[in-house]
Amino acid sequence: MIAADPTLIGPSVNWFALSPLLVLLGAALVLLVVGALAPRWPRHLYALFAAATGLATMILCFFLWHDISAHGITTLVGGTLRFDDFSLFVTITISASIVLVAFVTDDYLRREDLEGPEVYALYLLAAIGGVVMGSANDLIVLFLGLEILSISMYVMAASHRKRIESQEAGIKYFILGGFSSAFFLYGIALVYGTAGSTNFTEIVSSFNTTVPAVRHDAFILAGVGMLLVGLGFKVAAVPFHFWAPDVYEGAPTPVTSFMASVGKVAAFAAMLRVLLFALPHWRDDYRPIIWVLAVLTVVVGSVMAVVQTNVKRMLAFSSISHAGFILIGVEAAAHRAGQPEGGDGASSALLYVLLYSVLVIGTFSVVAMVGRTGDSATDLASFRGLAKSHPLIASAMTVLLLAQAGVPLTSGFVAKFGVIQAAVEEHSYAIAIIAMVASVIAAFLYLRIMVSMWVSEPEAGDDAREAVRVPLWTGIALSLSVGFTLFVGFFPGWLIDAAKAATVTRPTRP
Amino acid sequence: MLINEFLLLGAVLFCIGVYGVIARKNAVMVLMSIELILNSVNINLLAFSQLHHNLDGNVFALYIIAVAAAEVGVGLAMVLLIYRNRKSISLDELSEMKG
Repeated sequence: MIAADPTLIGPSVNWFALSPLLVLLGAALVLLVVGALAPRWPRHLYALFAAATGLATMILCFFLWHDISAHGITTLVGGTLRFDDFSLFVTITISASIVLVAFVTDDYLRREDLEGPEVYALYLLAAIGGVVMGSANDLIVLFLGLEILSISMYVMAASHRKRIESQEAGIKYFILGGFSSAFFLYGIALVYGTAGSTNFTEIVSSFNTTVPAVRHDAFILAGVGMLLVGLGFKVAAVPFHFWAPDVYEGAPTPVTSFMASVGKVAAFAAMLRVLLFALPHWRDDYRPIIWVLAVLTVVVGSVMAVVQTNVKRMLAFSSISHAGFILIGVEAAAHRAGQPEGGDGASSALLYVLLYSVLVIGTFSVVAMVGRTGDSATDLASFRGLAKSHPLIASAMTVLLLAQAGVPLTSGFVAKFGVIQAAVEEHSYAIAIIAMVASVIAAFLYLRIMVSMWVSEPEAGDDAREAVRVPLWTGIALSLSVGFTLFVGFFPGWLIDAAKAATVTRPTRP
Repeated sequence: MLINEFLLLGAVLFCIGVYGVIARKNAVMVLMSIELILNSVNINLLAFSQLHHNLDGNVFALYIIAVAAAEVGVGLAMVLLIYRNRKSISLDELSEMKG
């Protein structure tokens, strides 16, 4: 069973291709060591350090993108990581989110009088998990990435020591997250049992030879189902969504934006990896499941969002409905899983998570400002009269909400149009129509917040409340987010091309 | 080799674990139930590893043991934090948020 050869020859490692991971890991370790041993830095330095790390990772990814265009794709570290445009696109999305979230977090921590570099170190560690999930070519590695991401996020959710809601959010997220990871693992075990390997390439080749015989093998079907349950929890798809509103509401607002951006990106990247790269033979079996999940998620997310009164909960349900839209892209991609002509499904889903990440961080940065000290003023009434006191902030929020609703000339329209077009190209007309109806319902929710900001008068006694302050770095993050939203709304072509390039099949490096 | 017995044991442990997560109110019991599910996965992986005569399953089981230890560390820390604030670790009483 084990080779008798006493000399162990490790796989050769392409360090340059791993550099985004190494930069993130190095920076996270520096923050942890500095936090534990060195005298305290001025607080904003931690945030700038984390943001600079995100930026450096992004720049490295552009170099690597060029490298891939020139030389083709390959696998790294003994075939466990895939080095292709897809993983770079995911890495760029995650590092951009880190930059924005770090800016918002700095001001938040100061206002709440919370200490320390730990939360930034957790951001970077979680980002490593996300990047690993996006590049995994092996179920073991995918699981490790998932756990690095999840465990960091459990701690982050509970990181506001003075708010009891934050601890509640942490434990709820932990229990449901651990539960879903366990389902995911059981699914992996069953897939391994059928295929005899955890490596995506070997799984595919083993099914290439055996599929006709095991077409209705209960093991593999149960495994695929369990994998979908686990991933459905992670992306907060209905009916596995019930943790999301509580966790989004209870977690500190910048952490919520991190979950809604990096968490979603990583989970969807993992879903696309598993479904398209490891299990393309079973596409006719899992596609109906994704169809049902997508429809339930857009409809339930949109309808439930409308009846909430707390803005953080509204945005949680809205993020569930966005997850439904991304699932529509996944469903379209599943039609052509394993074929060289991949279609637009996967690229539209990738583009959607990128655009949504930027949008949602901007939106939650406004919520963080309006939340005031204690992070508790997040009900709809707290937004009353925001347009009078802070017209610029209210305008920025309006742009972001319109984009979330999918109004043309914003990035949200580009995203929604992409997935619906991909669905129509695969002749999934029903899902496209349901999605459009749901998006009209969801528009009502965004209008409610806008009306509250622009039309409603502040209640008597609101004057006594603490004024909403606009700190510098949160303002910068918000401007970047709004600028990107509008820019992509007007000039979407380059980004759509980049997303398409990320999902085409390129020649493998010799 | 017959691996049915091992798979059956794994499935039974999995079901007990799922029941525990759903039915138990005590946070520590829920943590233990999650551990039970993870161990059922380990049994499955080891059985399949024997079936296929390769080491992937053994390696994976080792990783799961390590990850489970990290996870339960975080989980117990959170339970401790909540116990300090509320003098109770019953999950039913955790209902600050409603919607």
